[in-house]
Amino acid sequence: MKVAVLDLGMGNLLSIRRGLERAGAEVVVAQSNGEAACADALVLPGVGAFRDGIRALRERFGEATDAACQGKIPILGICLGMQLLFTRSYEGGEHHGLGVIRGDVVKLPPTVKVPHMGWNSIKVLREGELTRGIGDGEYFYFVHSYYCLPAEGSVTIAATEYGSTFPAVVEKGAVFGTQFHPEKSGSAGGAVIRNFLEAVKR
Amino acid sequence: MTLTKRIIPCLDVDKGRVVKGIKFVNLRDAGDPVEQALEYERQGADEIVFLDITASSDNRETMLEIVRKTAYELSIPFTVGGGIRSYADVRRVLMAGADKVSLNTAAVKNPKLITEGAEIFGSQCIVVAIDAKRVGCEEPRWEVYTHGGRVATGIDAVAWAVKAEEMGAGEILLTSMDFDGSKDGYDVELTRRVSESVNIPVIASGGAGNPAHIYEALTAGKADAALAASIFHYAEFTVGEVKEYLLERGVPVRTVRGAVRSCKNAV
Repeated sequence: MKVAVLDLGMGNLLSIRRGLERAGAEVVVAQSNGEAACADALVLPGVGAFRDGIRALRERFGEATDAACQGKIPILGICLGMQLLFTRSYEGGEHHGLGVIRGDVVKLPPTVKVPHMGWNSIKVLREGELTRGIGDGEYFYFVHSYYCLPAEGSVTIAATEYGSTFPAVVEKGAVFGTQFHPEKSGSAGGAVIRNFLEAVKR
Repeated sequence: MTLTKRIIPCLDVDKGRVVKGIKFVNLRDAGDPVEQALEYERQGADEIVFLDITASSDNRETMLEIVRKTAYELSIPFTVGGGIRSYADVRRVLMAGADKVSLNTAAVKNPKLITEGAEIFGSQCIVVAIDAKRVGCEEPRWEVYTHGGRVATGIDAVAWAVKAEEMGAGEILLTSMDFDGSKDGYDVELTRRVSESVNIPVIASGGAGNPAHIYEALTAGKADAALAASIFHYAEFTVGEVKEYLLERGVPVRTVRGAVRSCKNAV
């Protein structure tokens, strides 16, 4: 199976690439629509600011993300990549996202230290693809200052809590997202990546 | 669901090999950094810190090669510090695959480097490392030292931590020079003062000799994470054993199945 990691030019993609390879995928780090077109699935990695991310995504990968939004190709958004799937974000102003999942991206409350950085556990709320075989209380590595507020609660497969309760895993058809970094989350993260590849096969 | 306290083994690297300085001298060689990092991941470490203590900058490429290899093998986050002097250095290390860089002397000399790094790569990538030494005896104060603890700056450590946060640091790595290498415990008072003064995570460093010291730093010291080198490095305790100790006392830590293993059997 071939997975295209969409390079938004905002950081090193070695970890996510290796994470996917360990799970058995053939990985292409795509710089353009053309390179992403022949993949079986897309991964939208997640570092940097929302505004820069959505701009790079529209400039480089308009067609690829259109196809993902129409459900033609599965997509996994990680951290900022998951936030880019939502309608809009309030990070550094107000910016429109892809809108494939309805809802907003808002800042963590001032009652907690920001960023939310480190290992936090998740609570699995409903059956999903990414959480197959993963129980309540499993730990994942989070690094973020903003979180997703979906308009429909049904997209939230698993949640975590830090100052507020928010989605750790979302799914909507062939659109998947994790607020944590599976590629930095040891063996539990490896299981999530394998589950994504399994879901793509089905 | 609680954000856990992190346990971070630190690997001092000189010319591509792991060493641990006791009070900045007496270096003992102990192996390959990538292998060491992987062993710590297996033990349940939450992150790894590499501190490049190589004196000359001739070996910069050696360190970058270690960063690349580590990024390839490790599936937990890691930080690289030591000898990062410029924005170009920050960029090189992050693009080689490190999750964070730790700035020490360069941040004191040029605090704008913090801001520049944070704006481009995000605050979460920029750790400001502070080496602090007690001065005065009645009202305790701590002074910031640079250049591996050789140069006094006259800057107050708590004030510098606050400024580093304002400039965009995502985390403070706070080392007590008085306690570093002593194995008598962290400087809990220093750690608490800094933790209470900033709204970013604080990593306590310097002085860990046993799990009780780590417990003190994370509770009385209010640190978000504890960094230690020699107690892990010389296999006195595994990361798993430290975490078991903390869990028994109600400190939230991430556990990894099968990771708790006594060193006594392993050695």
